[in-house]
Amino acid sequence: MRFQPVIGLEVHVQLKTDTKIFCGCSTKFGAAPNSQTCPVCLGMPGALPVLNKKVVEFAIRAGLATNCRIAPRSVFARKNYFYPDLPKGYQISQFELPICQNGHLDIEVTDLNSISSGCQGGKEEATRAYSDVRRGADDEVNAGRRLKANSVKRIGITRIHMEEDAGKLVHSDIPGLGSGSGVDLNRACTPLLEIVSEPDIRSADEAVAYLRKLHQIVVYLGICDGNMEEGSFRCDANVSVMPVGSTTFGTRTETKNVNSFRFVKQAIEYEIERQIELIGEGGKVVQETRLFDPGTGETRSMRGKEEAHDYRYFPDPDLVPLVISNDWVADVALSLPELPEARRSRYRSELGLSDYDAEVLTATREMAEYFEACIALGAPAKGAANWVMGEVTRTLNEAGKGIAECPVTPERLTALLQLIEKGTISGKIAKTVFDEMWSSDKAPEAIVEEKGLVQVSDTGEIERIIDEIMAANMGQVEEFRGGKEKVFGFFVGQVMRASKGKANPAVVNELLMKKLKGA
Amino acid sequence: MPPQTEILMELHDLTIHELHDRLKRKEVSSVEATRALLARIEAVDPKVNAYITVTPEEALAAAQDADRRIAAGDIAPLTGIPIGLKDIFVTKGIRTTCASRILGNFVPPYDGTAVARLKEAGAVIVGKLNQDEFAMGSSGESSAFGPTRNPWNLECIPGGSSSGSAAAIAARTATATLGTDTGGSIRQPASHCGCVGLRPTYGRVSRYGVIAYASSLDQVGPLTRDVTDCALMLQAVAGHDPLDSTSVDLPVPDYTKALTGDVKGLRLGLPKEYYIAGLDPDVKMALDEAIETYRGLGVEFIDISLPHTDYAVATYYLVATAEASSNLARYEGVRFGHRAEGAASLIDMFRKTRAEGFGAEVKRRIMLGTYALSSGYYDAYYLKAQKVRTLIMQDFLKAFETVDAILTPVAPTPAFRIGEKTRDPLQMYLSDIFTIPVNLAGTCAVSVPAGMSGNGLPIGLQLIGRPFGEETILRAAHAFEQATAWHQRKAQI
Amino acid sequence: MKITKAEVDAVALLARLELTPEETETFTGQMDAILAYVEKLNELDTSGIVPTSHAVPVENAFRDDEVRPSIGVENALANAPDRVEGFFRVPKVIE
Ligand SMILES: [Mg+2]
Ligand SMILES: [Zn+2]
Repeated sequence: MRFQPVIGLEVHVQLKTDTKIFCGCSTKFGAAPNSQTCPVCLGMPGALPVLNKKVVEFAIRAGLATNCRIAPRSVFARKNYFYPDLPKGYQISQFELPICQNGHLDIEVTDLNSISSGCQGGKEEATRAYSDVRRGADDEVNAGRRLKANSVKRIGITRIHMEEDAGKLVHSDIPGLGSGSGVDLNRACTPLLEIVSEPDIRSADEAVAYLRKLHQIVVYLGICDGNMEEGSFRCDANVSVMPVGSTTFGTRTETKNVNSFRFVKQAIEYEIERQIELIGEGGKVVQETRLFDPGTGETRSMRGKEEAHDYRYFPDPDLVPLVISNDWVADVALSLPELPEARRSRYRSELGLSDYDAEVLTATREMAEYFEACIALGAPAKGAANWVMGEVTRTLNEAGKGIAECPVTPERLTALLQLIEKGTISGKIAKTVFDEMWSSDKAPEAIVEEKGLVQVSDTGEIERIIDEIMAANMGQVEEFRGGKEKVFGFFVGQVMRASKGKANPAVVNELLMKKLKGA
Repeated sequence: MPPQTEILMELHDLTIHELHDRLKRKEVSSVEATRALLARIEAVDPKVNAYITVTPEEALAAAQDADRRIAAGDIAPLTGIPIGLKDIFVTKGIRTTCASRILGNFVPPYDGTAVARLKEAGAVIVGKLNQDEFAMGSSGESSAFGPTRNPWNLECIPGGSSSGSAAAIAARTATATLGTDTGGSIRQPASHCGCVGLRPTYGRVSRYGVIAYASSLDQVGPLTRDVTDCALMLQAVAGHDPLDSTSVDLPVPDYTKALTGDVKGLRLGLPKEYYIAGLDPDVKMALDEAIETYRGLGVEFIDISLPHTDYAVATYYLVATAEASSNLARYEGVRFGHRAEGAASLIDMFRKTRAEGFGAEVKRRIMLGTYALSSGYYDAYYLKAQKVRTLIMQDFLKAFETVDAILTPVAPTPAFRIGEKTRDPLQMYLSDIFTIPVNLAGTCAVSVPAGMSGNGLPIGLQLIGRPFGEETILRAAHAFEQATAWHQRKAQI
Repeated sequence: MKITKAEVDAVALLARLELTPEETETFTGQMDAILAYVEKLNELDTSGIVPTSHAVPVENAFRDDEVRPSIGVENALANAPDRVEGFFRVPKVIE
């Protein structure tokens, strides 16, 4: 039997606010245990929550960027369960009336995706073929995020709600801990958005494409630092399988807290395979929570759950309803940055860039903004694109820096590009100038001036050099004239070397060709 | 008796405003008044058990501060006044138990807003008062620190849950006290102990730092010897608090200005559902006399109906227990309070800790509330109760279209005997029948002394006001007080 | 019967209360009586009635995203029944 996986994702996005969602404690990562706590986030008797307004604004941003409807009225609810990292014995979340609903994201999928969700035997093969394509794509793009875009698929977003995070349990590396666990409540009450997708995803690769897109958006929006290692963006995957052609979903499992794109792919693929195998052997999938083990790439059942959960959600009487006016939504909408998708299409239509360039340049908001700053200053689009994607990115990577810390400002880069455009320097010389700008904080004009790097376009001067070189290499001149046009390159090289790279290559080409052909 | 003792004997009898006048005239110091109260506590509290914790050192230090302020000419109505707090208020550096074993020796690192405001006003906190465990009870018998006794008759209950707050007024072991009222927990003990007790409108006083029982019903309020004191106490604690999202940002009027003595033309409603057959004859008589007194003052009476009154107790015991089951989940022995020894696993630790820490009434309410919220029962119990709550609220809003306030009994009977109702929780719950609707409606009500039963127990009357209508009910209560002498009677103890 | 002993035991587990057999017995009887009493709410037609979860019509209470001082590790842990190195300590949590 052929099986069709059905996947829905719940993503927890930690918001980049200064303080927690319901108290004024700092959210800074890495502080000493329990040093960022107060009666509210410790769940002390008598303490009451007060909502951080920034969290609401961030939630509206996320909702607008994912095409959700922003609820004019939403309500916080208590999710009741006992766990030592949950100070109040309930998590404040939203249940019946979340802040955002009915959104969607469009992802780009390859045709291979439909194969990868095919029959049991063919699946691995298809996956392998698919990952080969992926690897090729990865080589092509450093960012490693590009799919061969064959078609667009819409993934529904059921809801986005605000909630507080739990604390952290530590099971080892505490001196004197003995056989117990340590509870650190610094993270308790940190603001989260939970973004819940519809079960519209049909393969691990679609899941990853969706997650990458969502990740890019929340980072672009400035609401999340995107740091997956620190848990700022983590994912629960609901996976089930059903016979191809069936319309009834199978029993699903929920794999909790997977915190890298690679692990999500592994976890989902493992889970699909496990369920198909289980059904194939006549077994039944049990609805349960599972844990991904990054060491083995497998998921396993979370045992020790001594009862079925009954969260007894009810509206939190300590928090009042949240009413969001159209004006508020409009204000937030005005403050939204242009999102990658819109940017990409603008780069293509207005700047005439290729799909590839548009995608690479919009990979991060910082890079896009750097690029656009250059354009705004009058840099030529194609030149700016090549330089930002090439020299700038390469040098930043070597230095281990982000583009926000780039010592060459958009002003300087634009000036450099304009020097090339005017023919003052060659592209090759420009690289030397760029390196100098990187380390010296000097304007490109000053560097060109100082080092005498101005390009020679004077035909008389270039003709003189060409004549000398032809005279010294008559043998090669004969070869060329005898039809061996390849030696043309040799002459170009010689001329450029003799001019110390300053000769205008276009002029060199033209004059050389004329002279070699004996005209 | 040496003359010094005579002065002390008088000081504990004074109201806030009487003591204030003497402090202001420097006839007496706050330290003297505080010493007098502490001596009185030592003398009579062993019989009453109104206090869980007495804080003489902190009180005398605060009294000295108050005396310095007074000497500098900085005196507010509560400066230097000895006040007791229900042990439901968290107090920085002072053990706070909520009358439960489960809080162990919890010493809060912070003061709640009401407490901070009292301290700011210069009040002297003399101790923490006994109550029903987690404010769950109508008799003061569910305290882990033993029952509080009614100073008018030590065999009787003082009412609850603010049992110590009311008994301390009657025993004159505090000049004024602060309590909380979730289903009648200020008004009912005030009625049983012959003092004035006000439950303000929900949102009028901050709940920050008040250990939660049922968050949508809990409200802080004063218990005092007379209505003027009640207004002064409310004045000190009322007002918006950014730390409590449900506190209301409305201006706080000058409550003592409302006490004009003039109630001519005031329209008081008499809801037919409250004058029921089962009403105790002494209670009935007190009410009839009160109505006559008011008529003499020019008050107009209007018969009204609050048709959903009979559903209030059922509604309350679903809403309150549901919220309580969640509010009390934080007591599991991880961060503070009691922890059971020798648990084999985490879940075991939670279950044993809570089994050992909570008393029977608290467990019963946690069980009921957990059940009412659980999957499959939510709609039938919790949601249904929330809808009926809406109907009860609407009853009051409709009534207030034709009346300024509503006059009712506080409790169907005077104080009953200790142990009389502990076996039958439902009968105990039904004793709150006249106070509970106010909490569900979220509005304000005051209990004032209005008579004595044949066997010498106080009887109060209840004036229910429209939301944020505290001025009206205080004015009506004050006018009644001026026309009668019930509040001047003293329990002999 | 509105509620059985088995249901009472299930609720006790959900509420993390360990009940003695006697307590289960007592609570079953008492809860049964209370649940029978609250049945009276079903006399009322509440269709179309909006449930009330807040006593006053307040909405939108916010704080600004400004850091306030925390209370410090010592204050946070001062009441802990068991603690180790700045952590609250609990019996081993198995995941
Ligand atoms: Mg969640
Ligand atoms: Zn905090």
